[in-house]
Amino acid sequence: MSMKHVVMAGAVMLAASAVAFAEPAGGTVSGKVTYEGTPAKMKPIDMSKEPSCAKMYTTPPVAETVVTGTGNSLADVVVYISAGAPDDAAPSTAAVFTQKGCRYIPHVLAFQVNQELKIVNEDQTSHNIHPLPKLNREWNKSQPPGTPAISEKYDKAEFIPVKCNVHPWMHGNFAVLKNSHYTITGDGGAFTLANLPPGKYTVTAWQESYGDQSQEVTISGSETKSVNFVFKAKPY
Amino acid sequence: MGKLLGVVLVVIALVSAYPILKNQYPLPEDISTHGHLIDEQLHDTMVEAGISFIGAQLVLAFFVWSFTGRKPGSPLKDLPGGARMLVIVAFVIVGLEVLALGAFGQKAWASVYFTPAKADSLQIQAQAEQFAFYFRYAGPDGKFGQIHPEKIDEGNQNYFGLDPENDVAARDDIVSGELVVPVNREIHLMLHGKDVGHSFFVRELRIQQDFVPGLDLSVHFTTTKIGKYEIVCTQLCGLGHYNMKAYLNVMSQADYDNWFKQQSAQ
Repeated sequence: MSMKHVVMAGAVMLAASAVAFAEPAGGTVSGKVTYEGTPAKMKPIDMSKEPSCAKMYTTPPVAETVVTGTGNSLADVVVYISAGAPDDAAPSTAAVFTQKGCRYIPHVLAFQVNQELKIVNEDQTSHNIHPLPKLNREWNKSQPPGTPAISEKYDKAEFIPVKCNVHPWMHGNFAVLKNSHYTITGDGGAFTLANLPPGKYTVTAWQESYGDQSQEVTISGSETKSVNFVFKAKPY
Repeated sequence: MGKLLGVVLVVIALVSAYPILKNQYPLPEDISTHGHLIDEQLHDTMVEAGISFIGAQLVLAFFVWSFTGRKPGSPLKDLPGGARMLVIVAFVIVGLEVLALGAFGQKAWASVYFTPAKADSLQIQAQAEQFAFYFRYAGPDGKFGQIHPEKIDEGNQNYFGLDPENDVAARDDIVSGELVVPVNREIHLMLHGKDVGHSFFVRELRIQQDFVPGLDLSVHFTTTKIGKYEIVCTQLCGLGHYNMKAYLNVMSQADYDNWFKQQSAQ
């Protein structure tokens, strides 16, 4: 074999291996979050003290503490890898939390440690957002209408309830997580965590009223493992 | 110059009294059964104070007028009885005035605050917190559930800390952000402060009562006119005090019964 052939063969092998490593196939964990029993009835929110928000609704919105869906599913459940994955650097895009109609949108916001959190006020009234962490630094900030977004970040992983000091019914949650393997269930309760390298993982599902549940799963290649969570509903 | 001052004093006194005499500051409409007593008291006080004010200004103007341009060396006259008599007379006049206002006003104040609510009055609990008012009705069972401060969960709408899981009386309690009452019925409003000092004020009702943390206070009143009136917090309670208000919704008995039934179904 001539030198030219050796170099060409080497180049082809390099290219092949580059293609193989460029897209790590990884395994997937997917499943559904459901409940059993009778969940508490969510009561409508009385916004009469803030007419500028109350008039935005034809029927009053209900509280979002437990959001149920078709097939006894639970929405707004954070499903994430709590052990077995290394910490990830925070992405450069910000996680956005919006105050609109005197409610927090989304009700549960998941983002990473040290990722920028942007808080926006789209209402005609002042809000005073007050997250209530136990590990991170506690702060509250006033935000009159038309003022720029508040920018903050958290340096410790934690589930943080959020309230508004001016409007007692406003309630939300921050899920500050250590890695990028997380998702929040939507209507139907389904979730998918993809791109997991081979290893042994703990998958945790967290619901603000029912607490959290964990299951262990092992990924060996690019298979899909099914993991389901069933929460016991509380009638009150 | 001095005489001019005397004239000016009289003019100022009359010009100040004119808008009040012409009732250019009318009171808000009165929708309660006891409100007229308070309005009469206000009116009487204005009249008494007004007469004293104009009288005092006229006396002052008279002395300024009379003793201006007094030639140096001319004898000074003393008031009969001297300074002592002057003080005694002032004491007696002002004292009687204040006593009279107190005696007549006692009817307006004591009848609201010192008499208990009637036994068949509608009991409603009002809770003031930073920065909203919430009102609790006993529900169809007629019993109020117990309050557990450690169970307060605002995000879940549990402002009073009720425990419906373990406390059956609490299950049907109605919690509302609006104070809804039937007209012509005595309301016994029990005031409970959750955190700091607040105050309940409805100007059309002529009722104002502070919430004092730790005290269970109450007021009672009967409304006479259907409509929606503003309840404002009149005790500085923090950064949201400017925005702390609720509405008093006075309805006919039929509308109130419908509202009650609708709330119980939730």
